[in-house]
Amino acid sequence: MKYKSQKVAYWFFALSMLLLVLQITYGFIMGFARIGFDNLHEFIPFNTARAVHTNLLVVWLLSGFMGAAYYIIPEEAQKELVSVKLAYVQLISLALVGVTAVIGFHFNIWEGRKFLEIPRPLDYLVVINVLLFLGLILITLFKGKRQTTTALVLSMGLLFAALLYLPGMLPFDSQVKDSFFRWWVVHLWVEGVWELIMGGILSFLLIKLTGVDREVIEKWLYVIVGLTFLSGVLGTGHHYYYIGVNKIWIIVGGIFSALEPLAFLAMALFAVNMYRKGEKKHPNKLALYWTLGAAIVAFVGAGLLGFAHTLPQTNLYTHGTLVTAMHGHLAFWGAYGMIVLAIISYSLPNLTGRKLFDSSRGRMAFWLSNIGMIGMTVAFGVAGVAQVYLERKFKMDFMLVQKEIGIHFVVLVICASIFATGIILYIVDFIKHGQPTDEALEIKN
Amino acid sequence: MLSKKQARTFFLGGTLVTFLIFIGLTIYSFSEGNDQTNQENLTESAVRGKKIWEKNNCMGCHTLLGEGAYYAPELTKVVDRLNIRYDGKGEEVIKSILTSKIPWQLNGRKMVAYGMTKQEAEDVVAFFNWIGKIDLNGFDRVVSPLAKDKINN
Repeated sequence: MKYKSQKVAYWFFALSMLLLVLQITYGFIMGFARIGFDNLHEFIPFNTARAVHTNLLVVWLLSGFMGAAYYIIPEEAQKELVSVKLAYVQLISLALVGVTAVIGFHFNIWEGRKFLEIPRPLDYLVVINVLLFLGLILITLFKGKRQTTTALVLSMGLLFAALLYLPGMLPFDSQVKDSFFRWWVVHLWVEGVWELIMGGILSFLLIKLTGVDREVIEKWLYVIVGLTFLSGVLGTGHHYYYIGVNKIWIIVGGIFSALEPLAFLAMALFAVNMYRKGEKKHPNKLALYWTLGAAIVAFVGAGLLGFAHTLPQTNLYTHGTLVTAMHGHLAFWGAYGMIVLAIISYSLPNLTGRKLFDSSRGRMAFWLSNIGMIGMTVAFGVAGVAQVYLERKFKMDFMLVQKEIGIHFVVLVICASIFATGIILYIVDFIKHGQPTDEALEIKN
Repeated sequence: MLSKKQARTFFLGGTLVTFLIFIGLTIYSFSEGNDQTNQENLTESAVRGKKIWEKNNCMGCHTLLGEGAYYAPELTKVVDRLNIRYDGKGEEVIKSILTSKIPWQLNGRKMVAYGMTKQEAEDVVAFFNWIGKIDLNGFDRVVSPLAKDKINN
C-alpha cells in the first residue's frame, strides 16, 4: 500500500466476500429445489432464490470492482482519494441498498425483469450511489499527477457501466421492447463495459506482477478492449434472434457474436505472454494464479462456451434451456469472479502488511473453487444438452424432462460443495490477513 | 509494429462505428414495416397482464420468449398448447392455476399460490395471448422433423 486512502478498498472487498457467501447459499437452495428438496418453498420460493442469487452476483462483483478502483486509482494517479469519508458513505449506502433489495425479494417486492429485479425506487438510489462513487474516482484521477491508460480504461468502464444502467429503467408496455432494452444493460455490461473494467484490473495486475513495461501492456490493453467492443456491441444481437424483433439481428448478431471469443482469446494470450515475458519474480504467486486463471477461464467460459450456443442455428434449440446456465456460470466466474479475487489476493498483503501468500490454504482455495466450478459447468452442460434433445427434439413434456435430468443436479450440488469449500478457504485466508493498517505503508511491495 | 496511438485509435474508432451501427439497426428494427413486435395488437388488458407478470417475478421460474429461469415451463404459446391438451379449455386451466389459493403442484414442482382475482387472471391470459401472436423468427415452431407430430407442453 502506498496511499492511506487505499484502505477503503478493504471494506468493499469484505462486503464482496459477505455477499458472495450469501449468493452461494441461495444457489444451494435452488440446486436442492431442482433435485426435489424444495422444503423452503413457503419462505424462499425458487423465484426469490433466483433473484437473490443473480442480484447478489451483480452487487458483490460491483463492490469488488469499486474496491479495485479505490485501490488502483490512488496508486495510478499518485494521489490520495479526494474524500475517504464519502467513500465510506458510498460503501454503507451500497450495502444498505443491496440488503434492502434482497429482503424485499422475500416479500414479493421486485420488478420481475431478469437480472434487473431491483424495485424502481431503489434503482434511483443505485444511480445516486454510483454517481458518488464515480465522482470520487474521476476527481481523484484528474487531480492526480498522471492519468495512465490503465486508470482511464478502468474509469471509462465504470462510467459506461453507470450510463448503461439507464436504458433498463425505461418503461415499456411491450414485453419485446422491454426485453430488447434490458439487454442494453445486461449484455452491454457483461460483454462490453465490464470487460473494460476487467481489462483495466488485469493490466494493473500484470504491470505489478510481471514487471513488463507499462507501455507494452497498455498498448495491448487498447487492442483487447477494441476487439471487445468491435464484436460485443453488435454481438448484442444474439439475444434478439427469437424474442420478436426483425431478422436482421440473426445475421448481424450471428456474425459479430461469433467474433466475440476473439477478444477473450486475445486477453488470455496477452496475460500468458506478459507472464512469460516478465523478468520480475513477484513473490505473490497466488495473485498471479488468480490473474492468469481469470484470463484463461474467461476465454473458456465466456468465449468458447458462449460460442457453443451463439450461432442462430444452434440457439434455435438451446435458447431458453439450461445450456445458458452452463455458459453463464463459467463466464461470470472466469471473467469477473476470478478477477475480483485476483485483485483482492494482490492487494490484501499490501493493505494489511501480512504476506500470507505462501500458504497451502490459498492454493487449495484456488484449485477447489475452480475444479468445483468446472464440475458445475459440466453438470449444467449435460443437463442442458439432454434437455435440448428431449424437449426440443423429441418434444417431451417440460416436467418429464426435468425429472429425467434430475440426476445431473445431484452432481451439480456435489460440485458446488467443492466450489464452496474453495471459497470458504479463500475467506478464511481473507480473515487471517486481519484489517488494513497504516504501518503497512512502510512495508515495500 | 503497432504503436500505442494506433491501438487507441482502433479502440475508439471501432467502438464509435459499431455503436452507431447498433443504434441504426435498433431504429431500423422498430421502424414501420420492419417492426414485428405485435405492438398494434397490444390491449390494455395485456399491458396489465405484463405488469402482473413482472410484479410476481414469474420469470424467476418460467421462461417467456425463451427468457427466464428454466425451472418451470416455457409460456410462449401456452394457451395453444393447453387448448390441445385440455380440449380447447386452455384459458380456463390457466385462470384456475392463477386464482388457486393452494400451490399448483403438477409433476412435483410447486408454484407459488398467487390467489389472483378473476380480472387479474384474465389480464395475464390476455398477455399470454398477445405474446403468442408475435413473430419469433421460428423459435415457436416445432424445431425438429422428428417431433413434428407430437403434442408438447
